[in-house]
Amino acid sequence: MKPLDPRLVRTAGAVRTHLAVSVASGVLITGLILAQAWLLARAISGAWRGEGLDTLGWVVGSVAAIAVLRALLSYLAETSALHSAARTKSQLRRRLVAHVTGSGRVWTAQPGSDTDQGPPRAGELVTLATRGLDALDDYFARYLPQLVLAAIVPLAVLVVVFWADWISGAVVLVTLPLIPVFMALIGVHTQQRTERQWRMLSRLGGHFLDVVEGLPTLAVFRRAKAQASILRGVGEEHRRATMGTLRIAFLSAFALELLSTLAVALVAVEVGLRLLGGHMDYQTALLVLILAPEAYLPLREVGARFHASVEGVAAAEQVFAELDRGRDAAGGVPGEGTGGVPAPPPATGRPAPAAAGDIRFEGVELLHPGRDVPALSGLDLEVGAGEHLLLTGPSGAGKTTLLSLLLRLTEPTRGRISVRAPGGRWEPLDAVPADDWRLGTAWVPQHPYLFDVSVADNIRLGAPEASMDRVREAARLAEADAFVSALPDGYHTRLGERGARLSAGQRQRIALARAMCRDAPLVLLDEPTAHLDPENAAAVRTAVTRLLEGRTAVIVAHDSGWAREAFGDTLRTASLPLPTQEGSVSR
Amino acid sequence: MSADTTVPAEPLPVPGRERRRDPLLRMIALARPRGSRFALGVLLGAAATGAGIALLGLAAWMLAIAADHPPITALGVAVVATRALGVGRGVARYLERLVTHDAAFRTLAEVRVRVYERLAATEPFGRFRSGDLVSRLVNDTEATLDLLVRGLTPPLVSVVTGGATVLFLTVLHAPGGILLAAGLLLAGFAVPLAAAALGRGPGRRQAGARGELSTALVDTLHGAPDLVAYGAMERQVERVNAADAELTRLARGDSALLGLGAGASALITGLTVWGALFLGVAAVEGGALDAVSLAVMVLTTLAAFEIVAPLPAVAARMGAIRAGGARLFGVLDTPAGTAPPTRTGLDTRGDATVRIRDLRVRYGPEEPWALDGVDLEVPAGWTVAVIGPSGAGKSTLASVLLRFRDPDGGLVEIGGEDVTAYPADEVRGLVSGVPQDPHVFASTLRENLRLARPGADDGELWEALRRARLADEVAAMPRGLDTQVGTHGLGLSGGMVQRLALARAVLAAPRVLVLDEPTAHLDPDTRDAVVEDLLAAVEGFSTLLVTHDLTGLDRVDRIYVVRDGRVLQRGTHEELSRQEGWYRDVAAG
Repeated sequence: MKPLDPRLVRTAGAVRTHLAVSVASGVLITGLILAQAWLLARAISGAWRGEGLDTLGWVVGSVAAIAVLRALLSYLAETSALHSAARTKSQLRRRLVAHVTGSGRVWTAQPGSDTDQGPPRAGELVTLATRGLDALDDYFARYLPQLVLAAIVPLAVLVVVFWADWISGAVVLVTLPLIPVFMALIGVHTQQRTERQWRMLSRLGGHFLDVVEGLPTLAVFRRAKAQASILRGVGEEHRRATMGTLRIAFLSAFALELLSTLAVALVAVEVGLRLLGGHMDYQTALLVLILAPEAYLPLREVGARFHASVEGVAAAEQVFAELDRGRDAAGGVPGEGTGGVPAPPPATGRPAPAAAGDIRFEGVELLHPGRDVPALSGLDLEVGAGEHLLLTGPSGAGKTTLLSLLLRLTEPTRGRISVRAPGGRWEPLDAVPADDWRLGTAWVPQHPYLFDVSVADNIRLGAPEASMDRVREAARLAEADAFVSALPDGYHTRLGERGARLSAGQRQRIALARAMCRDAPLVLLDEPTAHLDPENAAAVRTAVTRLLEGRTAVIVAHDSGWAREAFGDTLRTASLPLPTQEGSVSR
Repeated sequence: MSADTTVPAEPLPVPGRERRRDPLLRMIALARPRGSRFALGVLLGAAATGAGIALLGLAAWMLAIAADHPPITALGVAVVATRALGVGRGVARYLERLVTHDAAFRTLAEVRVRVYERLAATEPFGRFRSGDLVSRLVNDTEATLDLLVRGLTPPLVSVVTGGATVLFLTVLHAPGGILLAAGLLLAGFAVPLAAAALGRGPGRRQAGARGELSTALVDTLHGAPDLVAYGAMERQVERVNAADAELTRLARGDSALLGLGAGASALITGLTVWGALFLGVAAVEGGALDAVSLAVMVLTTLAAFEIVAPLPAVAARMGAIRAGGARLFGVLDTPAGTAPPTRTGLDTRGDATVRIRDLRVRYGPEEPWALDGVDLEVPAGWTVAVIGPSGAGKSTLASVLLRFRDPDGGLVEIGGEDVTAYPADEVRGLVSGVPQDPHVFASTLRENLRLARPGADDGELWEALRRARLADEVAAMPRGLDTQVGTHGLGLSGGMVQRLALARAVLAAPRVLVLDEPTAHLDPDTRDAVVEDLLAAVEGFSTLLVTHDLTGLDRVDRIYVVRDGRVLQRGTHEELSRQEGWYRDVAAG
């Protein structure tokens, strides 16, 4: 692990500023340390020679001035470090957000799917972008300036000590490089050993969480009390294993402390003996003694702040790994590599007329990268304008995948989807700008996502200019007006994280209102009643019936009885088989 | 070392007075059994820090003596002592870290057991609903370690070393000692505490902005498909950037405030050294101090600020640790959901008919009734379903039967015995089942099954798997029953987790089975298959099936419709389908 990631310096402009400030203040602080040491030596030796405050006044006064200067300098350095940290975090965060939401990112319509196609570990990314990046505060304010000092101060001290007394200089010169060497040696050894023990440590560490989470299950089977003794045994094992690792891990700190203190002791004894023998004057001896510990102090501090470095560097590395990951994946986005397809014309900002027309699938296959079995294969299907197509089929047949394709969240790896605007000609779907196409579609997923903004803003997600009247009307049609009006602030109530205020059925109805408000000719529904209790399911069905009136629809539904009843002759059913290389749709 | 590893961990006491104490003190109290080890750690830490200061003081004395060119024997002892201090410091520091960490890990192991035993005794499972709470509870328990290693030892070491150094200087030259005491107190306690207090303002200010940013980010990433489908991604990214800009603006504004601590520490350190020099030089001039003592005093003062160097970090952490402790004790202080039993020796062989009369439960004196006079009967060997919308009180019914909580009124009888009078574990020999969100332990399938019956042999395990229709899938796994099912049952599909839980319940062989929402979170295809297998598996038990969906209800013996804590309808699927009412309305689709 590098103490300073070069990508961090390249990417975040604020880092460069911070480094410059740190170096400048590091140089000043070094100067002040040297000056203070000289002044102290001068004053103490002067008093020993019999000089009083009238002679030494300026020396003593200068020490006070240095105290004030150093205080000012640390205040400014800390403030500027936190400043830079805030700016760097903001720069990294924005890059991260732009990156993960940018084009080339493949989403699916499948909620919480076990494929790694979905939002890439969304929870992890949120943590990284907020709390994770906060590790940079300490990294910037505590670690980096100390690292700069560790580079400057020992060198400067060494030069001065050499100049004052070359023998002491030699002692420092020999011991100083030993410190990083020993630490590296011990570090390598520790790392090997730690990695071997890491699996066991994390298994033991996770045991407590596992047992507490499973406590209700343990209680049902009367095993709760018996677990206490197992927990005690595991805790003891955990301690023993951890201490085994720590005994070695602490060795590097031991080497650092031992070498730095021992070197000071050696210098002190050597200087003392030479002073005794008259080979050196008192003031020089004092100067060397005061400066010697200063050569090691920044190194010790850097060691003590190692954690700040590890966490900060790790956070930055995670960000860069995320930025790189997208770059690799973007190269393999389905549709880009197929070639021959001319880029669609730029979006017009108006719904594509084709969304109100017919849709045709011909031999469509979708193979997710890194998968052997396609998510959908050999699909031939036609949806006529105004038709309601009910998709059934076993779990894994690719029903939701088909909706992803119609939402243009992914592109087929083989075959073709064509669309025909009313009175127009067939054209490939990928020749229609995706944004325009989506303007003509409304989607109600299995688990609709509600945003932590007002109910009204949730409903007009796809139609930001919609008036309150239109929002209310959409909610009324979606059977949502009654419970929304009962919320404390009605339509202006904020919904809380993931719509926590509402039940699953209410969330589904908000999603239906969202689709109503979008007022698009093509509606895509994914298991609209799957996780609802019967009462809510009934309300959702009423709303769905209203939504689909006069619109083309593709409905993925498990129980189809109600749909047949509600739509009669506009309903057509297609059953998707499990995908194989030769799979096709049976009517 | 092993003699005291088995200190019995008594359950945490929770009298009222205890509850009002500072959570930090309560956390430290958890470490009391290891007090002597921590004391040893503090002494070693003090020795290490003290050695560093003494080294410089002694060296100064040596130089000052040597400056007058005495015979070399005058330095003999000092030379040896200086070298000893040089080695001793590193050794003492190493030992200190080992001793404190060892003591802290021992304490942590005990605290885990005590927290666990407290949870097992009170069973506050109502609060377990949020998975977040459980992991936070575990993290807060682990924070004890942080408190003991980084929060408790450094201040104590500072007090010991600081006291000793001040005492030494006072003997040498009283004004110098007083000056150092003032400097150390200011730099070690006043400034860190003030800085922590000053930091609370920015912390609060930024917490709001940070929350807003994190919400916007959560929305962006989890809601990405919805945003893309509705063309709202750009607007959402603007929302994130606005939140980010606000947080950055606050952080930059607050950095001036947060830098004050560092500046003040440096100022106090520098001025104390200056004061020592000024006082010393004046005293030498006035004849009150000799030149040797001046060197010792100034250099000791210079070295002494190492004593308080770790304290600002401690003060900065304390807030978070205290908040963690408050959360921890908040859960631990939850009173038990069931009263102590009044009878023992429940007969588990009799008639397994469940009879519930006028059952009333609520979660607090001010809360609405979760169950408001429920009458229900599960005749021996019947399968009875309880259905209703979410929030109807169905799961409360399940938790009363599993003895997770006492009823506030009414009667719960099994085989004519009032089970609420008996200890939970006796009742659970009679009543078992699948709790909501059954847990799969990070272990093998075999261990996960044997939880229900520790002595079961493989034949019995396979029989249970067959009943839950999981046997074929397990047999197809390369390692069969020895398959590791990993943390949170990863590697098992939702349907397999439910079947495993069902096999476990069957294996426990109680008389009464309570299945709380066994099909929640399953996709519709899997759900049908699980219900099918479940109804076959519960053959022979008196079964109460709590569910929110209608799948398979035509095959149960009786259905109760529960809504707002009351029984609305009861009867078979055929009866209810003919009857005017809720069931027909909602099942009509």
